[in-house]
Amino acid sequence: MAIFNLSINGQNKQVDVDPNTPMLWVLRDHLDLVGTKFGCGIAQCGACTIHFDGTATRSCQLPVSAAEGAEITTIEGISEKGDHPVQKAWLEHDVPQCGYCQAGQIMSAAALLKDNPSPSDEDIDNAMNGNICRCGTYTRIKAAIKTASQNI
Amino acid sequence: MTLLKKKIDRRSFLKVSTLAGGGMMLSFSWLAGCKPTPEEILTMPEEWFEINSYIKIGDNGVVTLFNPNPEFGSNVKTSLPMLLAEELDMDWKNVLVEQADFYPDRYDRQFTGGSQGVRSAWTPLRTAGATARLLIVNAAAQTWNIPAAEITTSAGFVEHKGSGKRAGYGEMASLAGTLEAPDPETIKLKEISDFKIIGNSKKNVDGNKVVTGKPMFAIDHKVEGMKYAAIVHPPAFGMQLKSFDKSSVTSMPGIQDAFEVKIFKDDYARNFFDTTTFPTIIAIVGNSTWEVLQAKKNIKAEWEKAPKTEFTAAGFRGGTSQVTVPAGLENSDSHKAKMAEYIQKSGNVLRKDGDPEGAFKKAAKVMERTYTAPFLAHNPMEPMNCFADVKGDKAVIYGPTQAPELIRQTIASSLGMPQENIQINLARMGGGFGRRAYSHHMTEAALISQKTQAPVKMVYTREDDMSAGVYRPTYSATYRAALDENNNLLALHVKAGGIPESPIHANRFPAGALDNYLAEGWQIESNITIGAFRAPRSNFIAGAEQSFLDELAEEMGKDPIEFRLELLKRAETNPVGENNDYDPKRYAGVLELVRDKSNWSNVPNGISRGVSAYFCHNSYVAEVVDISIKDNQPVVENVFAAVDCGIVVNPDAAANMGEGAIVDGIGNAFFGEMAFENGAPTKTNFDTYRMIRHKEAPKKIEVHFVQNNEAPTGLGEPLFPPVFAALGNSLYKATGKRLYEQPFQPKLMEMENLRM
Repeated sequence: MAIFNLSINGQNKQVDVDPNTPMLWVLRDHLDLVGTKFGCGIAQCGACTIHFDGTATRSCQLPVSAAEGAEITTIEGISEKGDHPVQKAWLEHDVPQCGYCQAGQIMSAAALLKDNPSPSDEDIDNAMNGNICRCGTYTRIKAAIKTASQNI
Repeated sequence: MTLLKKKIDRRSFLKVSTLAGGGMMLSFSWLAGCKPTPEEILTMPEEWFEINSYIKIGDNGVVTLFNPNPEFGSNVKTSLPMLLAEELDMDWKNVLVEQADFYPDRYDRQFTGGSQGVRSAWTPLRTAGATARLLIVNAAAQTWNIPAAEITTSAGFVEHKGSGKRAGYGEMASLAGTLEAPDPETIKLKEISDFKIIGNSKKNVDGNKVVTGKPMFAIDHKVEGMKYAAIVHPPAFGMQLKSFDKSSVTSMPGIQDAFEVKIFKDDYARNFFDTTTFPTIIAIVGNSTWEVLQAKKNIKAEWEKAPKTEFTAAGFRGGTSQVTVPAGLENSDSHKAKMAEYIQKSGNVLRKDGDPEGAFKKAAKVMERTYTAPFLAHNPMEPMNCFADVKGDKAVIYGPTQAPELIRQTIASSLGMPQENIQINLARMGGGFGRRAYSHHMTEAALISQKTQAPVKMVYTREDDMSAGVYRPTYSATYRAALDENNNLLALHVKAGGIPESPIHANRFPAGALDNYLAEGWQIESNITIGAFRAPRSNFIAGAEQSFLDELAEEMGKDPIEFRLELLKRAETNPVGENNDYDPKRYAGVLELVRDKSNWSNVPNGISRGVSAYFCHNSYVAEVVDISIKDNQPVVENVFAAVDCGIVVNPDAAANMGEGAIVDGIGNAFFGEMAFENGAPTKTNFDTYRMIRHKEAPKKIEVHFVQNNEAPTGLGEPLFPPVFAALGNSLYKATGKRLYEQPFQPKLMEMENLRM
């Protein structure tokens, strides 16, 4: 166990955990930020996507020891009032079905639009391909990303 | 319907709980982990009046509607309250929606499956809404001393035009809650033409919580003093636990205990949804998920081959059946070989019309094709998990389940306490697709909590989830058609089976449309467990049947839609046999609609097009899939679906679910496959089990609904089965090769220049 000082959603947090603990479980079990979801544990589904210094990152493969000094953003911190253009577009297109993967999808989409405010279909496919939606909301996700890109 | 007349004050409605990580959370007492928005808290009434089990009205007019059914993504939490709000005559903007927990004495059929949610609720929930409205009207009549017949309602207000009196529902709610409820039989429901909410798209009531990452799932749940549990199950079907070394994990950091969990009591009679691959597992309990997962990797356990077992289980629609679980370590290769034997061997006759044998004897030509599909894992994105708090003779279970009623019986037996002492709270599910009708995970969590004497959250890893069975079975179907010298269809013969069940629906189309028809079924025993998977059986047989009809139409020189319409015309005007399980006219209706919407005969340049249609869960669906080949890869450009499911309650959400079913079907047709070597699943995570991803999704999907006034029928499943053949038939047009074996991707890769 060791103490780690983390910056999460603009706030300083301290946790005392095994240094190998993935950020996914630090967020979920120790900091009660459960919007970041466990899907596969091997960075294959994208449900656990967070921003690591602004880059979409699978938190199930990010040890807490590597997160010190970085700015971590989770779905809970992407906007103050749930009004990030990506979140608004998601609601406008009524994207979610079960909803479980959507935080990860939104985090990947927000990172994409930050780097590339007007992505092509191909850009969207490439950026989002690591995020599985078992309910199959892919066409709505793409439409929502295009809507968000108009308002970013 | 149970009517309750008790007052519920604000204090019991809200509960303050302290979170382990610091801070306070204000939550609805029965929806642990659900945080009301500031607006909701501000507008929270001082007093609530429960009008019936579904509807609660606050003194300030705020209305809470309860969704009785478990929510796994089919959006019943929005569409069922819409039925209540419609008849209650509320403004949708002014209602709060809450998930009801499992209360069998208050609600009927708290079950999600079989696409029956809206269909079953259609009359009861509208009646509940209309009853509440009538009680409010009667309360106004009493208050104003005016005949009830002169009082009208609109958007949450009662009004008497003659005197100009007007009041919000909230003002009448306290009196309404004390009035005698009228006989449901006497309640008059709205005319369809008067609907204001039904048929008008409403956004998902949980959309805001989803996009802001609020806790909604059982896996998100946490209480003070909660322990975390991981499980270890045998590595293969046909294996069982021999022994394990407890000290291999209890010496690890954060680990409290490890023990064997036996799911069923010896004298317990299993119910239909008690399918459990591994009745004995190891549980590891500790202080955090990561610590129990580390211990799981380290555990030293010995496994042995399991003997053959037999038990009696209750059937889905009553009765019992004897279940045999054979011993042995099975392989996909031997499964395939055993199924192929049935191409020649005969099965059990399920339906016979006319003289099919005679017709085949005199046929000028016989076309025979065999279609196969593998086992599939459901792979809901939220792995199996459950929270349980068992203290003394009481248990609180909060978990993802499609079928709380049956699992409560199981949990009661396993814990050794009366069913009444077990409260099951219904979590939103991160997908279900049939998998969570089998809720052994809830029993497991309950037993772990009982043994630990603490609240426990048990979480499966993805590997546990994918290798725990309850799969869609593997199937094989052989179709034969007898044609005369003029290419007229004389007879059709289908023989289909699987491991361990047959996919045949013997009374469905094309039965009823053919003078000579024979359907046979067969099955092969296995110790690989199976369960309902989105449109069970239909999800395979539709693909086989509709691929065969496509090839047959081509052989007969007919347009594939025209050919199907001819058969349906025959079934409509002069049906063959009895018990035909479809309405040929509605079936034809969706084919005509999809022909129109896809502009069927004008195929755009570079597009290859396939069609398919199927009836299941009381609904009719036809689909056209357009593909192109770009950079040597098949690209699904467009999918057009035509759906007849009667009245559509929430059209945009219904389209969303249809789109999802189509994507699901395309994914499984291209890639879906679970295989076995020596009893062990060959794929246990998404690195090897290929799921459809963004790149492979159709570029465009259009879902069109037939407009009619029929009562609603199934929707979550019916769009799934037809897409397999529509895709296969379009791939044939593109490649010139028919695909008989799912998944398609390996065969496509064998084709020159194609890649995926």
